[in-house]
Amino acid sequence: MGFNLFSKEKRFFSLFDLKFWEIGRDTIMALTKTYEEINEKIKKGKAVVVTAEEIIDLAKEEGISKTAAKVDVVTTGTFGPMCSSGAFFNFGHPKPRMKMQKVWLNGVPAYAGIAAVDAYLGATELPEDDPCNKVHPGSFKYGGGHVLEDLVSRKPVKLEAIAYGTDCYPRKKLETTITIDDLNYALLFNPRNAYQNYNVGINTTNKTIYTYMGVLRPNMGNANYSSAGQLSPLMNDPYYRTIGIGTRIFLGGGVGYVAWHGSQHSPLAERTEKGVPKGGAGTLAVMGDLKQMRPEFLRGVSLIGYGVSLAVGIGIPIPILNEEILEYTLVTDDDIYAPVVDYGVSYPNGEPGNLGLVTYAQLKSGKIEIQGKEVRTGSLSSYPKAKEIAQILKEWITSGKFLLTQPVQNLPSIEDDITIKPLVIR
Amino acid sequence: MTVCKKVVLRFDSKIVEKPIIYSLIKDYGLIPNIIKADINPHKEGYLVMEVTGENDQYAAGVEYLNSLGISIDALDEKVAWIEDRCMQCGLCTGLCPTHALKMSRPSMQVSFDGDKCIVCEMCVKSCPAKAVELHF
Repeated sequence: MGFNLFSKEKRFFSLFDLKFWEIGRDTIMALTKTYEEINEKIKKGKAVVVTAEEIIDLAKEEGISKTAAKVDVVTTGTFGPMCSSGAFFNFGHPKPRMKMQKVWLNGVPAYAGIAAVDAYLGATELPEDDPCNKVHPGSFKYGGGHVLEDLVSRKPVKLEAIAYGTDCYPRKKLETTITIDDLNYALLFNPRNAYQNYNVGINTTNKTIYTYMGVLRPNMGNANYSSAGQLSPLMNDPYYRTIGIGTRIFLGGGVGYVAWHGSQHSPLAERTEKGVPKGGAGTLAVMGDLKQMRPEFLRGVSLIGYGVSLAVGIGIPIPILNEEILEYTLVTDDDIYAPVVDYGVSYPNGEPGNLGLVTYAQLKSGKIEIQGKEVRTGSLSSYPKAKEIAQILKEWITSGKFLLTQPVQNLPSIEDDITIKPLVIR
Repeated sequence: MTVCKKVVLRFDSKIVEKPIIYSLIKDYGLIPNIIKADINPHKEGYLVMEVTGENDQYAAGVEYLNSLGISIDALDEKVAWIEDRCMQCGLCTGLCPTHALKMSRPSMQVSFDGDKCIVCEMCVKSCPAKAVELHF
């Protein structure tokens, strides 16, 4: 098609109801769809749902207009370590009652500076007696992420709490064992997940370094990346036109929601012509009932020399409301560029710049070329898991048990003035 | 007939000073490939290597090492990849020096070929999911 009815310059077209619009020989049915219409089809078991991988070939075969008319939902997926994750708990009151000033789960401290018997356990928290990097590189065998995995695995977890005692909450000490089913409330709340794109880590120094991007060997011995690329949620909706506050999602194996834009959400990052950011850019704050989640999609991870984290599985449905939205979902690994960043020198020192851009197609081939040198690649993000998530979400929607939600508020996008500032030390 | 064996040599502090690998190459025509070693002056040491050579050369080399009081054992340290625990991220595949851990493309599924493994333990240290273990 020579032009796009819904490109920004011509957006006024969307004001009309464009059903039965005729262009040349193609009669295009239902150029626009609403969330309600898509949900009606889902309820009747008639929705056409494909994954963000499948849509690429389908649109190539059938063309944009036909595909936009035919497909109702495109499902995305990603699975990888997402450090800004954690969960709120309510333990219930013991007898006598207790304020729970400090709380530990399997020896890992949880933040209890909120109401009595509530606490928040962060994914990167470590036991106070962890040797950390005293003998470098530390192995970081167990932490917050692992406690969360143990909880969703329905394993017993040791709960310890202390308090100073008040007239209303007299108990000062407690030690017991709980499982997730004993908890009154377990809410996974992750302030920064699903980074739209990410750096590729490399090391130009002559020593091995241990980073959150994994082990990076000296003299650019290897390079690590972390994104599902063409399957990644925000890559398929680069300007956040459908993913917003209230969007119902797959989270850790259960149902969750987008709560807000994530911390460090940075829509104004440099982008390609197709709108794909050439670095970090958008992030999501997500939440969901931890009790529904499964260890296959919520895994504690240990990063040697760095710390612990939580690998989170996220899948987001994208309603194909019009051709513009469909075209965004056609993004391929060849269209997505990531900056190769030196974690040996520039990154730790907060200096800008990179050693060039590479595509996810190149990264996934197992080797990239940097400054004339062939460098092997590894990934922190699991593509098979991302695919599995997109597939599960597709089945949930096809079977009629997962309905789409229209965002109650869009996330800040390129029209909004949101930038991430470094911290100035005064 | 050519043999290729992975062995562990253990020696006491007196032998540490002797150039045994040099002798294995020069006098016995063997091709040692050192995989891992911990040898310090005045201390006991060990060395893990893959040795390639003709059968009779290998036998003579072993006899030479035994005559020096060096113990030779087959490498029975083994890396075990626990598929159930693997998250299929593939971080190890960018580090594994022999491609024993490798990724099939385009499926991006990780697989492990124990025969290619030289027990460098890079994967054991770097696996975020602790899906690789060292078995003795």
